[in-house]
Amino acid sequence: MSVIFVVVPVAFVLAGLFLWGFLWSVKKGQYDDLDSPAVRAVFDDEDRVDVRAPQSEVDEARRD
Amino acid sequence: MTQLRERGAAATAAAPRSTACAHCGLPVPADLVDPAGGESFCCNGCRTVYATLRDLGLDGYYGVRDALRGRSEVEPARTSGNDYAVFDRESFTASNVAPLPGGLAQVEFLLEGVHCPACVWLVERLPRAQDGVVEARLRLSDAVARVIYDPTRAKPSDVARSLDRIGYPPHPVSGTERREVDRRADRARLVRLGVAGACAGNVMLLAFALYAGRENGMEHAYQQFFRWTSLVIAAISFLWPGREFFRGALAALRTRTGNLDVPISLALLAGGVAGTINTVRGSGEIYFDSLSVLVFLLLVGRYVQQRQQRYARDAVDLTRSLVPISCRVRRGDASVEVAVSELEPGDLVEVASGGLVPADGEVVEGEALVDQALLTGESEPVRVTVGDTVHAGTRSDGAPLLVRATAVGPNSRVGRLMEIVERGLAEKPPILRLTDRIAGWFVLVLSILATGTFAVWWSAAGLGPAVEHTVALLIVACPCALGLATPLTLAVAVGRAARRGLLVKDAAARAARARCRGRARQDGHTDERATGTAEWVGTRARSSSSPRSSRDRTTPRKALCAVSTRRRATSPRSRRSTTEASRVASARGASPSVHRATSRSADRRGGPVSKAERGARGGGQHRRRGRGGRAAPVVAVAALLDRPRADAASSIEGLRRAGFATEILSGDAAGPVRRVASLLGFAEDDARGGVDPEGKLQRVRTLRARGESIVMVGDGVNDAAALAAADVGIAVHGGAETSLAAADVFASKPGLEPLLDLVALARRTLLTIRLNLGLSLGYNLVVGLLAMTGHVDALVAAIVMPISSATVLTVALGSLSRPLRRERPRTRVVARVGAAEEMSVPCP
Repeated sequence: MSVIFVVVPVAFVLAGLFLWGFLWSVKKGQYDDLDSPAVRAVFDDEDRVDVRAPQSEVDEARRD
Repeated sequence: MTQLRERGAAATAAAPRSTACAHCGLPVPADLVDPAGGESFCCNGCRTVYATLRDLGLDGYYGVRDALRGRSEVEPARTSGNDYAVFDRESFTASNVAPLPGGLAQVEFLLEGVHCPACVWLVERLPRAQDGVVEARLRLSDAVARVIYDPTRAKPSDVARSLDRIGYPPHPVSGTERREVDRRADRARLVRLGVAGACAGNVMLLAFALYAGRENGMEHAYQQFFRWTSLVIAAISFLWPGREFFRGALAALRTRTGNLDVPISLALLAGGVAGTINTVRGSGEIYFDSLSVLVFLLLVGRYVQQRQQRYARDAVDLTRSLVPISCRVRRGDASVEVAVSELEPGDLVEVASGGLVPADGEVVEGEALVDQALLTGESEPVRVTVGDTVHAGTRSDGAPLLVRATAVGPNSRVGRLMEIVERGLAEKPPILRLTDRIAGWFVLVLSILATGTFAVWWSAAGLGPAVEHTVALLIVACPCALGLATPLTLAVAVGRAARRGLLVKDAAARAARARCRGRARQDGHTDERATGTAEWVGTRARSSSSPRSSRDRTTPRKALCAVSTRRRATSPRSRRSTTEASRVASARGASPSVHRATSRSADRRGGPVSKAERGARGGGQHRRRGRGGRAAPVVAVAALLDRPRADAASSIEGLRRAGFATEILSGDAAGPVRRVASLLGFAEDDARGGVDPEGKLQRVRTLRARGESIVMVGDGVNDAAALAAADVGIAVHGGAETSLAAADVFASKPGLEPLLDLVALARRTLLTIRLNLGLSLGYNLVVGLLAMTGHVDALVAAIVMPISSATVLTVALGSLSRPLRRERPRTRVVARVGAAEEMSVPCP
């Protein structure tokens, strides 16, 4: 019983995992739009200010 | 005390005034009015800008603004002002709104005016602009925004209005179902590609071990282990991604035609069976490595091609419909907005100035000029008044009209034309792909050779060598290079065309077009037709997304010049036309002084028109020199509006030099057509005016029956039937939706110059395909001969096959990435007319 009979199946399991990962990402639609995500990455993160908050609160927060 | 009371009174009195937004001056919604009586804002954008200006000490701006108020009006954002109520109707929501888990809903809109990454940023901030919107995602590639919203807090029309408010008028997405189907097919292909790639890679690793072991005397047990493992992986590859080839081959056999799938399947089958037998027997060659790489490479080629074409098709699909989705109908005293699809004969439809007529009908109120160019090809607007008939899809200029609908939908004239188009498309013979035609012969020759090889080796050396060499022949003869190179060449070509504003819906069209060209060269026969398309010189913005908006931006003076230009074409009527031009101008609110800008003064000024005209004349002279003794003109087509575009003469000259015979088919009156024809250097026989849609179709058929290949270029609904019937139909920028549906190629840039690019690109593509055809057939011949004489084993096949594929790929990419040499016009006469207006619309 050579180690080759163990190593080769292990290699295939690994390859299978990567393949599964690829198929998963395809099914999730990650390859549907290859243009916009590249652009989206350069935008700043959402600022989390509640846009409905009264301006006075914002002002106060700034003064502090 | 008194003071206090006074202050209170002042506060009460101030309350109504303070509901104007402190920043922009627009009314503030009641719930946003600051109860404390401080500054109120209509939106958070204004609030933020106000706060920012104040923080930076720039609030002096408001003083300046107030001082200037009344003197200069600040232009509001470019919004359509539509209330989009039609998006709340069942007819829209049924097919465009999808419920999501969690009580949310998703709606997609095609946005007008999406240009650059900043648009992604702005559109995706929609949740801030509209209460109830949870998420907005914009796909930059096709300008489709997907909005997820809470249906209990917002309606589709609210979403649409917010998008409109931030400067992106939304439109319904057409072809949603087909796009969904395409998207799924695309994912399925990607999955197959991934599986095929994984299989090919792993089988190759095992093959390295086997080939190395063969030299060094590997133990039999290990060999068998590797063989069986290869067999299992290759079986996955053949049965899952490789199924596509077997399916294609079966379909071809059933219809008794040939395609590339047949020899590919043959190789897969022969190699697979022989490999399996040898694995079971425990000796001999297995071919799994070559074959699974083959499957992978072929799928790569097909995937890339199909993806490119899907982009092109989507882009065409997404061209905005020129027919309105909704219209206003008078019911009693009120006017209500209804979807055009819900119109019924007898409805009283209001058509605004500059608006599209949604149905055929009779004018019951108002008087206007109706532009029928897209429908009939007539460049002259027609005066209509009470009692006259107007047709769906025409555009009304002038006073608002009230129209009683008589025929709607499929019964209208446009609807009937659509039927002709559909019939024409159905009658159009499918274009036989170059490689498929070759594949038929290929299979025939291959089967003869294989039978011969088998027979000779069987009689000379017995069954074993006979099987071995026949299988080797079938595998190395597999047209891998051919099957990979052609789709990739097409994909690269389609991609290049798209970058130049030419959207190729079907790559077969390109093959056909290129073929025409080849013939033209061979027998001096000319094939194609081009157009003298004309537009309003200088009045249509180049990349404006809608003719209406560009027209709206046109100043009255320019509009008048354009109108008078049109008139000038028919001089006997010039007096009447001047009056009409004035009327149009006044309808647009022009000042009296504008009225004096008649056609003569426009001419004298040496303005855009005369410059363009000089250019056109110059082109005409060239043509006379260049044409010499060409026989058998063929087809052509054109939607002829008023004045030839500035680039028309030089472009048509380029086409002629490229070996095309050109002809004008126009629905316009004979007079203007003759005039434009002489400007562009058409012989009198080649310019036909007053041709109705059926006449155009008939002309195309007549010429095709003579064996000519026809390229038809057109933009109007009236051209659609002929576009569908021609070998290659090209719809040009600004055209009607119908013509897009019928055409194979869509030029998204205005003018005829893209046609020259298309010709050059098509020739280059065809040349490349031919070159690769020769290379791969030559390779098949040489290696096939070696296989027949018994000099090819599995290792040689495994090495030679990828090399041949790499060769054709290099040729394909290399040849297409060299700059195109195209027939450049000798003189650039193009007047840069109104360059400023033609600049693209800036991002909102």
